[in-house]
Amino acid sequence: MRPAGKGPLDSLYFQYPHFPARLVPELDGNAPRHPVAIVGAGPIGMTAALVLARYGIRSVLLDRKDTFNDGSRALCIARPTMHILERIGAAAPFLDKALGWRFGRSYYRGEQIFRLEMPHPPGEKYLPMYNLQQQYIEQYLHDAVAACELVDMRWQSELTGIDCGNDGVSLNIASPAGDYRLNADYVLAADGARSPVRTRLGLRMKGENYEGKYVIADIRMDHDFPTERRAFFEPSGNPGGTVLIHKQPENIWRVDYQLREGESEEAALREQNIRARVGAILGDIGHDKPWELEWWSIYSANTLCLDDYRHGRVFFIGDAAHIVPIFGVRGLNNGLADADNLGWKLAAVLNGEADESLLDSYSPERRGATLDVFANATKSTRFMTPPTRGWRLAREAALSLSLKHEFPRGLANPRQMQPYTYSESPLTPYPERDAEFAGGPASGSFPPNATLADGGFLLDRAGDGMTAMLFCDGVLNAAQTALLDQLTQLDKRFVALLIQPARATADAVVDTDGEITRLFDARPGTFYLLRPDLHIAGRWKTIVSAEILRTAGLCLGRATP
Amino acid sequence: MTAMPAEDFEAAYEALAMAIDSTGPEREALFLTRLALVLGHELGDIAVFRSAIRTALEGVAE
Repeated sequence: MRPAGKGPLDSLYFQYPHFPARLVPELDGNAPRHPVAIVGAGPIGMTAALVLARYGIRSVLLDRKDTFNDGSRALCIARPTMHILERIGAAAPFLDKALGWRFGRSYYRGEQIFRLEMPHPPGEKYLPMYNLQQQYIEQYLHDAVAACELVDMRWQSELTGIDCGNDGVSLNIASPAGDYRLNADYVLAADGARSPVRTRLGLRMKGENYEGKYVIADIRMDHDFPTERRAFFEPSGNPGGTVLIHKQPENIWRVDYQLREGESEEAALREQNIRARVGAILGDIGHDKPWELEWWSIYSANTLCLDDYRHGRVFFIGDAAHIVPIFGVRGLNNGLADADNLGWKLAAVLNGEADESLLDSYSPERRGATLDVFANATKSTRFMTPPTRGWRLAREAALSLSLKHEFPRGLANPRQMQPYTYSESPLTPYPERDAEFAGGPASGSFPPNATLADGGFLLDRAGDGMTAMLFCDGVLNAAQTALLDQLTQLDKRFVALLIQPARATADAVVDTDGEITRLFDARPGTFYLLRPDLHIAGRWKTIVSAEILRTAGLCLGRATP
Repeated sequence: MTAMPAEDFEAAYEALAMAIDSTGPEREALFLTRLALVLGHELGDIAVFRSAIRTALEGVAE
């Protein structure tokens, strides 16, 4: 919602473009069959199209709107998401515009009780978190989509019907340029929390709704405070409710405040009440200069997801598959990980390189990530919006003790989540090999990054397909050479990184100070196998060729689990 | 005294919140007092128990 006298897209700082409907071949009676149709051109749908395009797969991207989503919405981009954006060639504008951060503060009745510090090891290329309004996220992704010949972007194109067959999906599309039928081998539903695809297929998400409601309001002000997450429990400006404040580019600040129990939603959303409450909160943080109201909305926490993210040839990605509470900032980040996860697998199948059974791993892997978020989100949501008297009393006790004592302060940790570890995935067949290691990243996890002597980063050297990291002193032995040859034959995109203490071969990754060896708990002969999304498919202290080839075969869809 | 690991402390917090909910508002003071007596007895140290009372009273006593 926006202030009186302003249109729904009348922003203080962002010009919403207007995208016309296009004449498409289907309207001329040509009915080409598309490999992939993506319903919903939000951040998740656009990213899915760009991941597919990275592997040469064409897609049609449909959206019923004529512009981007209104309002700043999902604004926290986590580190692994920056790696996804980098791999689809879209990271540069994000880095130019977004505000990176790693610290936060929690206050109780005006006094600081918790200092959040997200780990930022020196080898990491990206900060743990970046703030950027969703319109910019969509704009930058759309710039990449518009520049990509493999994506057929169709705005003002609304789904009015869907027919699922055994060998394809047929969509009815209505647009101002005409109505038509669109045939595709696969459909990706990236059409958001109220997914029309999900509704039309009669599928329902299951889970819990939480009581507490939050108003989320964007304001513009000159306010001198670093980019940090600030959480206020029991502030005088919003008695009985929690407040969160985040800084965004363009001098825009996000103020989230919890409504009191029993407070009317309708009254809370009136402009005069928004202005009064935000004004009181700004008084609390010492801002007495003018400010302008940009946009506001209302939110309540839910943990809901589909039982299966796949329905035949239809795949659900992002909010269409799962709704998570905002407090862990996993809505956008997990949605983009869905798009990345499905993207490389579907591309391998459509390129004729992988058996269709590879797609069976999408739902367990990404639904596992959602359930992991739920477990943490349930805890943080109970703390942010205590649902009952017991939880309210326990929180008040913990917060009031936190004023003078260290021991309860950790309860206020917002649990900004790490990427999910695919340890129980069918594509991670040898997790027991982790027992050979005393440290380093586990099978299924996202690996740490490291700086290289040439100023680049370790993960920059990974390929588009499978990547091997082989730690070695110099010349490879016969078994290692044979294994790398077999992997090259298995995967035309295969990249081998030979990690050596000093340059022994021309293509070596030189680990001068032993940092990479230490991070991965490696010794000469240690082998890590990375998937196209950089997650670790497996690791071996010394190579076991049959296991490594089987793991690569599973990830490439050449072997059945 | 050894401090509780963060995970256990969080589990204690959750168990306490749910136990309070199960008593209903009229009996919660009785439950919390009984809990304190049980913990004090298990603690077995009157000095530590008095110190815990002082910590919990801080900012609460009139």
